[in-house]
Amino acid sequence: MNEETDATTGVVEMTYREAMRTALADALASDERVFIMGEDVADYGGTYAVTKGLYEEFGRDRVRNTPLSESGFVGAGIGAALGGMRPIVEIMTVNFSLLALDQLVNTAATLLHMSGGQFNVPLVVRMTTGAGRQLAAQHSHSLEGWYAHVPGLNVVAPATPHDARWMLPAALADPNPVIIFEHSGLYNESGPVDLGAGPANLDRADVRRRGDDVTIVASAGMVAKALRAAEDLAAGANPIAAEVVDLRSLRPLDIDTLAESVQRTHRAVVVDEGWRTGGLNAELAASITERCFWTLDAPVARVAGREVPIPYAKHLEDAAIPQVDDITEAAARLVAETGGPT
Amino acid sequence: MNTDPLAEIGDEYCRRLLQDMIRIRVFEERCAELYGQQKIRGFLHLYIGEEAIATGVMNLLEPHDAVLATYREHGHALLRGVSASSIMAEMFGRATGCSGGRGGSMHLFDETTRFFGGNAIVGGHLPLAVGLGLADQMLGRRGQVTVCFFGEGAVAEGEFHEALNLAALWHVPVLFVCENNRYAMGTSLRSSESQLDLALKAASYAIPAWSVDGMDVVEVTRATQRALASVRAGGGPMFVEFQTYRFRAHSMFDPDLYRSRDEVEEWKQRDPIATFSARLVAADVVGEDEIESMWEFARDETEEAVEVADAAPLEPIDTLEDHVLASEEVGS
Repeated sequence: MNEETDATTGVVEMTYREAMRTALADALASDERVFIMGEDVADYGGTYAVTKGLYEEFGRDRVRNTPLSESGFVGAGIGAALGGMRPIVEIMTVNFSLLALDQLVNTAATLLHMSGGQFNVPLVVRMTTGAGRQLAAQHSHSLEGWYAHVPGLNVVAPATPHDARWMLPAALADPNPVIIFEHSGLYNESGPVDLGAGPANLDRADVRRRGDDVTIVASAGMVAKALRAAEDLAAGANPIAAEVVDLRSLRPLDIDTLAESVQRTHRAVVVDEGWRTGGLNAELAASITERCFWTLDAPVARVAGREVPIPYAKHLEDAAIPQVDDITEAAARLVAETGGPT
Repeated sequence: MNTDPLAEIGDEYCRRLLQDMIRIRVFEERCAELYGQQKIRGFLHLYIGEEAIATGVMNLLEPHDAVLATYREHGHALLRGVSASSIMAEMFGRATGCSGGRGGSMHLFDETTRFFGGNAIVGGHLPLAVGLGLADQMLGRRGQVTVCFFGEGAVAEGEFHEALNLAALWHVPVLFVCENNRYAMGTSLRSSESQLDLALKAASYAIPAWSVDGMDVVEVTRATQRALASVRAGGGPMFVEFQTYRFRAHSMFDPDLYRSRDEVEEWKQRDPIATFSARLVAADVVGEDEIESMWEFARDETEEAVEVADAAPLEPIDTLEDHVLASEEVGS
């Protein structure tokens, strides 16, 4: 029986979408400088229905539809941030964000440094990422690793409803640009949200499951798959205890937490939905190797997206991105090749 | 009824306009020399020939207004009140430069005068101007204006069209100032645009727009007064194209092969400083000796800036990674 009566405290079950909408509504209600802008965020309710209902409550000025001008409205977000507002800019998908790459990389990320510390850009940009919905090659890519390459940006990827709820207020409180990547496959997923928790940190990884045999590092949509792989590994004939680390922040990377884990497990599998070559996984593997070379039992294993534009057909799309079995097999192989589980 | 434009803006103001144009000219000429001496490095874009525009516009702004400019912005910064010595120190790469030696010639910034930079991505700052205007509008800061300078090359960029549409759609208090010097580096407007009437492009976004002689500081002043009055009164964005010409090459790397000597000479006949000087002398507003002392004042200002910049310290290398992420709010 649920004895919870106060709707603002306690742990409740909600979807990732509801968690993000709650965060947005709370931000709009608590700070007059906050406003949302993007394509179809008002009447339509957002492409992924995240902003549904907000314009009715907060009005069209603060839940502001934009034309299809990604560079224009991201740049306007930067300008509004410089002018004292706290804009939350929604970009439909990471693929569309490439039309605003100039503003994000050449301006948002550089202004503070270029001005010798005079102008910071307190801008929050939200966008979806990832495949799994048969949206083909121009709506399905995972390019968050590109943004994680850029000094001057903070890049986070909430993988749970709780982080979806509590990373946003932290992003708004940050004086720097923060890009929030929301995996489109997560919106309908439910999970516990502590309504009284308060803003989450934006710079630390989190161990989602403990284990001593192998560390699996994942982010965004890959975290749930890594957790299922860990369950499969534990249930196998020769049980393997996998530790699952959710990166949460892609820039900065919390190498300390990864190293602490790998120094215990001596094995690491890094998982990324993005492409392998020059990808986030490459950075993770290099960083883990730099820190843990002498305690590693084997080279870091990479599970990454196949080197192909994401195709439409379900079976092809599934084959193009890492699945639970790919993670399970990579971890099991790594453990088997290095003496088996402890 | 008095229709003499000089009398309309007043003798004192005319002297100020002439003095400011001369300040920019002297500063820029000195920059060219210093580039030859390798004191200034990187890209250097000079405003020589175009001084009437920054002079006419900047003198009409209020401290609470915001300014965004291009990479050809030394003059704009100077007239905004950024000291000549901190601009020069910036170009010398010194710690006391207005951007701490991290921006250089193309990225002069100044928080105290709301000077939001020299931007080196052509057209990239137009959306920022819309956002600054939007912030003024949403925060109820009535009467404040964001002035955005850009060259005619920017009209080929998508960001120009996106920004003008947004500005008109949201009715933001932004004055778009197009400095049409006819060449985007070496690409002439004629060879790159299907529609040469730039005001028409702005008008197509329902923004009041017109074209003005940018070599005449009085015309610049009158057009800007009219535009600013409308924007400040809540009339939404305005667009003014100033027809001008740069007497020097695009940058110090430019061999200037794309235009004829005759064309350059023809435009030099319309030198905004020489013509305005002659006009003021003819109208008995200033004497030759007074003009000479204006040049002297500008030379003193520039030389002092060079001395100060030369003596300024370098930023220590251990601060290299400062200002990548702010730990707290700065600026704005």
